Amino acid sequence: MPTIPVSEAKPEYDVAIVGSGAGGGQMAYTLTLAGLKCVMLEAGRSYDPVTETAMFQRGDQAPLGGVRTPDKHFGFFDATVDGGWEVPNEPYTQASDKEEEQFKWWRARMMGGRTNHWGRISLRNGPYDFKPYSRDGLGFDWPISYEDVEPYYTKVEMLIGVYGSNEGMENTPDSPPGVLQPPPKGRVGDLMTQKAGKKVGVPVVPIHRAVLTRPLDAKTIPAKLHPNNKKAQKIVADSMIARAPCFWATPCGRGCSIKANYQSTTVHLPPALATGNLDIIPNAHAREVILDDQGKAKGVLFIDKTTGKEERVSAKAVVLAASSGETVRILLNSKSNQFPDGVANRSGLVGKYIMDTVGSDLRGQIPAMENLPPHNDDGAGGSHFYSPWWLYGEQKAGKLDFARGYHIEIGGTRRMPGGGSPVPGNFLKGLYGTKLKEEARRYYGSFIGLACRGEMIPNEHSFAELDPDVKDKWGIPVMRWHWKWSDQELNMATHAQRTFTEIIEAMGGTVQGGPNREGKETILKGGETIHEVGGALMGSDAEKSVCNGWNQTHDVKNLFLCDASPFPSNADKNPTLTIMALAWRCADHLIEEAAKGNL
Amino acid sequence: MDTTDSTLHRLPRRRVLQWFAAVAAAGENLPLQGFAQTGAPVAAKGYGTDPDLTKFYAPGDVWPLTFSDTERKAVTALADIILPADDFGPAASSLRVPDFVDEWVSAPYPEQQKDREVILPGLAWIDEESRSRFQKPFADVSEPQQKAICDDLGQPEQKDPQLKKGAAFFARFTGLCLGAYYATPEGWQAIGYVGNTPTGVFEGPPQEVLDQLGLEQTVKD
Repeated sequence: MPTIPVSEAKPEYDVAIVGSGAGGGQMAYTLTLAGLKCVMLEAGRSYDPVTETAMFQRGDQAPLGGVRTPDKHFGFFDATVDGGWEVPNEPYTQASDKEEEQFKWWRARMMGGRTNHWGRISLRNGPYDFKPYSRDGLGFDWPISYEDVEPYYTKVEMLIGVYGSNEGMENTPDSPPGVLQPPPKGRVGDLMTQKAGKKVGVPVVPIHRAVLTRPLDAKTIPAKLHPNNKKAQKIVADSMIARAPCFWATPCGRGCSIKANYQSTTVHLPPALATGNLDIIPNAHAREVILDDQGKAKGVLFIDKTTGKEERVSAKAVVLAASSGETVRILLNSKSNQFPDGVANRSGLVGKYIMDTVGSDLRGQIPAMENLPPHNDDGAGGSHFYSPWWLYGEQKAGKLDFARGYHIEIGGTRRMPGGGSPVPGNFLKGLYGTKLKEEARRYYGSFIGLACRGEMIPNEHSFAELDPDVKDKWGIPVMRWHWKWSDQELNMATHAQRTFTEIIEAMGGTVQGGPNREGKETILKGGETIHEVGGALMGSDAEKSVCNGWNQTHDVKNLFLCDASPFPSNADKNPTLTIMALAWRCADHLIEEAAKGNL
Repeated sequence: MDTTDSTLHRLPRRRVLQWFAAVAAAGENLPLQGFAQTGAPVAAKGYGTDPDLTKFYAPGDVWPLTFSDTERKAVTALADIILPADDFGPAASSLRVPDFVDEWVSAPYPEQQKDREVILPGLAWIDEESRSRFQKPFADVSEPQQKAICDDLGQPEQKDPQLKKGAAFFARFTGLCLGAYYATPEGWQAIGYVGNTPTGVFEGPPQEVLDQLGLEQTVKD
C-alpha cells in the first residue's frame, strides 16, 4: 500500500482520519472521491494482502503446524500481524482482579485494522435495533432510525459485495432487489442444522457475508454509487474490476490476495489512493486531537513509531476511527483548558457504556455424519448459513427472561486439518496403529459447532477510563477496563445452550461438554467476541450523549467518530456493516456542512 | 476382568513409581530432574508478531531443534507405531512427524514448554521401561514388544493415578502426531479432506452425501 513518511505530509489537509479499518477506510473512500484532501494515520505498518496473504499454505508449511501462539493469536496464517489480545509496548489494565469483571481488548495494529480479521458477516441492523429503549425500556434509542441508514446499507453492500438472500424475516431487513450477490450452496453442517432447526422451530437461512460470489457489476454500480461524478465512477469501476470472485478455497481469515472478500486494503483504500487525494502515514500512533483557540479540532498529535518522536498533522476536520477503545483513549487523553476531562467530554460520558457481543458456543458430534464420502466442504472460507433471531413474538409476550436477540452461527465440519488433532482426543483415547487412522477418518467431519452471537444491553458497570498510573512506551496513559455481564446476557447464553442442545439432539447427536449448560459457565469473556462498541454514546441531547446522529461530537463540530464508539446499542447483527454505513452517511454530512461553512 | 489389576500386572510398578517420584520431586509442571536429557527449558525466541506468512517453513527454521539422538530414535519408533504405513497412508516418520514433535517441544511458547515437560520425561521413561522389560531401548525392540508397552499406555480408563499420568503422556504424544500427520497432503488423503484447490463453482455436497443424510440442497441455482 503506498504510504508517505510524516516528513512528506502537506501543511494542511481537509480531513485527518485516525484509523484505516472499516470506518476510516469508508471515510477516506467517500471524502477523497468527493475531492477532499485527506491524511490517514495508521498505528501499524503498511500491509499488502495481494503479496502477503498465505493463500494455499498448508499446516506442514508453518511453524507448529500453524497453531495459535502468543505471537499469532488466531494461528500462524491469520492475516493479523502485530496485533491481538496483547500488543507489545501498549499495555492495558483491569480495574478488578476478578476474571469475570475483566475485558479482553483485541487490537489491530496494521493497515486495514480489524478488517483483516473479521468473519465478513455483514448483517443490517433492523428497525427495532435503532429503537431498543422504546421497545423494552432498556438501554438507549438511537437518534436515527433504520430509514435514515437504509440507503447507506444499500450503497455499502453494492460497493463491497455481499452475498445472501432476502428472507422477509422480522427485523432482519431485506436488501433492495439486485443488491445482494447469490448465496453459496449449503454445506453438510448448514443443511443438517437447517433440517434439525425445522424440527425444533429454529429458522436457518443463508447468511450475509462480504465475499464476492460473482464479479461486481463494474458497468452499472459505480454510477449508482456516485451519480454526477464521472471521475469517481471511473476509479471505482477500475477497483471493482481488479477484484475476482471467490474461488472457493482458503479461509477468509488469512486475507484474500484475489480481493474476493472485503477488507479495507482491497476495497476502500485503493480507490481512495487512486484519487490522489489521500496520504497515508503508517506507524503513526495517535495521541491527541489538537484544538484551536475557538475549541475546534485543527489536527492530530501522534508518535511516529519509527523515530519515537511526536509529530502532528493539521486538518480542517478530524475523524477518529481507531476502534471504540482506542477512540475513547484518544478523546480522554486530549485534555485542555477547554476540555479538562478530555475533548468532546462535557457530558462526562466518554468511555461509558462499552458493549461486546454475547458469545456462547456448543459443539455436537453427529453419528450420521461419521465416515461420510470425502468431498470439498471449503466453500466461501466462512459461514454460509445462520439463524437470525426468531423469538421476537415470545419476547413481546413476556415469555423469555432476556429482552434482546441472538443469532446462531454454524461452525464448519470438514475444514482443512493441520497443527492440532483433527478429531478431539477423547474420541481416540488409547488408540494407535491402523485402528487410530480408521477412527480419525470416521469422526473427522462429524462435528457441528453452534455459536450464539447476541445483543448485550449497555450497563453502568462496563466502561473504560484512563489508568491514573500506567503509561505505554511513549508515555501515553493507557485504558483501564471495567466489565460486567448482567442477567440479561447470562440468561440469553443459558437459552442459547438449551437451543443448541435441542438442535444437536434433533440431529441424533451428542453435545460435547454437557447438555443445557448455564450461561454463566459458557459465556465468553467481555471483549472476546471482538465486537467492542460504544464509549461515545450517540444521542440528540448534548448533555446526555457524546455525539449526534451524524457521528459528529456535540462539543466540537468538526470532530467525527466513525468506528463503533457512537453505537448506543449492540444488536446481534455484527457491527462492521453498520460502521461502514454510518461512516458513509457521516462523510456525506461532513461534505455538505463543509460546503455550507458550518464546520 | 478388572482392567486396573491386569494393567498393573503387566507394567512393572517399580518403574512407574520411579517416574512419578521424580514428577513429585520436581513439581507437576517442572522439568524432571531425574532425566539428564530433559535439559534446561528452551531459551530460543519465537517467530515474533510479524513473521513472513508466505514463506514455507520446515522444523528447525525458526528455532533450533533439541532432541538428542536417543530421543529422536524413541520418537520415531513411537510415532511409527502410532501412525504406521498402511492402506490409509505412509508411516509418520516419512511425513516428518518426528521433526514436528521436535519443533513443538523445542518451541519457546508456554503451551509447548508445558508439553516439553510431559514429552521428554515420557520418552526417557519409555526407553527405560523397554529396557527393564526387554533389555533394549524402545526403538530396538520388536514390534510386538513395542505394542505391548503401547497397549499398557493406551489403556483409556486408568484408575491408578500413576498409570493415568502415563496414559496422559501417550495421549499428548498421539495428539501431536495426529496434528503433524494430517497437516500433509498424504494426511489429508488418509482422513478424507478434499479442498484447498481453487474452483470456478462451489457445488456443495455431492448427491451421494445428501442422500446418505436425507438432506436436500436448499440453495438452488
